[in-house]
Amino acid sequence: MSTSSETRETRETPGTSSGTAVGPTTGRATDQTTGHAGHAGHAKGRDAGAPVRGTRLTLRAATLGRPDAAALADVDLDVPPGEILTVVGPSGCGKSTLLRTLAGLLPALTGAVEQDGRPIGGPAADRALVFQEDALLPWRTLLANVELPLAIQGTPRADRRKLAADWLERVGLADRARQLPHRVSGGQRQRAQLARALAAGPRAVLMDEPFGALDAQTRAGMQDLLVEVLRGTGATVVFVTHDVDEALFLGDRVALLGAGSLVAVRDVPRPRERAAHDDPARVALRHAVLTSLNT
Amino acid sequence: MTRYALRAASVAAALGLWQLLTSLNIDLWLRFSQFPTVADVARTFADRLAGDDYWTDLTDSLTRILTGFLLAAVAGIATGVLVARSRLAEDLLGPILEVVRPIPAIALVPVAILLFPSNEQGIVFITFTAAFFPVMVSTRHAVRALAPGWEEAVRTMGGGRWRILGSVVLPGALPGIFGGLSVGLGVSWICVISAEMISGQYGVGYRTWQDYTVIDYPGVFVGMVTIGVLGWATSTAVELLGRRLTRWLPRTSYVPSGRPRTPRPEPTAPGPTAPEPTYPAPAAPAAVPTGTDPEEARDEHLV
Repeated sequence: MSTSSETRETRETPGTSSGTAVGPTTGRATDQTTGHAGHAGHAKGRDAGAPVRGTRLTLRAATLGRPDAAALADVDLDVPPGEILTVVGPSGCGKSTLLRTLAGLLPALTGAVEQDGRPIGGPAADRALVFQEDALLPWRTLLANVELPLAIQGTPRADRRKLAADWLERVGLADRARQLPHRVSGGQRQRAQLARALAAGPRAVLMDEPFGALDAQTRAGMQDLLVEVLRGTGATVVFVTHDVDEALFLGDRVALLGAGSLVAVRDVPRPRERAAHDDPARVALRHAVLTSLNT
Repeated sequence: MTRYALRAASVAAALGLWQLLTSLNIDLWLRFSQFPTVADVARTFADRLAGDDYWTDLTDSLTRILTGFLLAAVAGIATGVLVARSRLAEDLLGPILEVVRPIPAIALVPVAILLFPSNEQGIVFITFTAAFFPVMVSTRHAVRALAPGWEEAVRTMGGGRWRILGSVVLPGALPGIFGGLSVGLGVSWICVISAEMISGQYGVGYRTWQDYTVIDYPGVFVGMVTIGVLGWATSTAVELLGRRLTRWLPRTSYVPSGRPRTPRPEPTAPGPTAPEPTYPAPAAPAAVPTGTDPEEARDEHLV
């Protein structure tokens, strides 16, 4: 695997997409500063002149939803490059609407939705969306599903096959690559979806309760896997969930939605550390989040 | 194997009953005395098979139905997709299609005679019209019933209109489309035979009607058996093609020809094109060998 952070970053230049290796990186240690460490790490990375793969997502005074039924009003949100923002809120509060707007599937009713300062006009390959379930094309094998975004980008067949196989291996599905989605478990389907979303090297990954349909044990494993595969991609992540513990484990920050508006955005102490769950600051935040959700 | 024995026994019993009723000249309300016996029909069939006319009729009918049916398949799928995906197309084409649809294709014989310079083209036109509507309607339904998540997934990968058509709409609608093709083929046979009876020169329908007018009843039965066998063979071909192309379906939700898909210990049907049954499923995921798993699906995606 010749892929390294250098080849990954060359993809920043427009027009180099075909044939450029964007596969899973094995040099996690070197990527850690750009990929994983949240705000501080990214600021440092940019100061050092290193290209940042993540993208900045901004909502300004935005009203979101369908024209006849606005779901969220007056949302101001800024997600800096490389951050993992988790979004929690009761069901029906517009979490998915927020995500679909950021994906470009749903235009904002009013206000501005921007990526790196440019308005988002529609879906694009650099903002991948991971669905709760059943978004894999059932007539394609897992391998062919992961190949699809690469095919759309115009990656040559041999390259995309290899890249897709590498990604499936990375999410632990090497031996299921030729299976159809309905022949593997729900957790395996979500892992394949993750591989599909990341295969094309997106700069933002939008995840809509991706582990919502999984049992608790599978879910914890998937969270660890997610942290591991995101490491080194540097992608900005917006992760919607209804599970507060999941939100506090994964997020650099957590956004609270409720009653048609964005209630608060809070920094999470010691994100992505399993041991931090009884950190007093984390416990206090958890309490505050739960209180806010219940009102 | 027992199932094949059962099927053979069922056909044999039906033929035996027919032979019994006709050779004994049973006349109980239903009158079998005028009916040709199985032996008569078989003898006539053998004579016909030896002659040239039978094969000319056969190829003529097959050419007509295949031309009409294939044109209808292409046009029906294209129109169905268009109407399902585009509001403009729905507004422009919808009313016309809905008004023409209830007209029985065979009632279009006068139109065909007026429009087309030759009978041959008229017959193909009627066959086409017969198959077009079932294909169009089921395509339209299948496309509208597609899970929206599939299309959204491809759009967020940067896929455009044609990519969505090729990678989501057509493969996703295929099970429904094949339902329409099966129905369409059946209606096509009805119409091609009827049209041949009315205005054909050669063709199985034409021959059957000729035999009737000259009171050659065994000949009429030869024609009917021929139509039955041809219809069965063509619909089996469509069925097998459909199953081959929709192998990805979990089989419990799609049971072609109503066969129960319980795990079968005995070896399956012979035949070069019979697809491998996808069941029984492997019991434990761990038991699946890697790489060369026979259950492994082939990559038959449209990229």
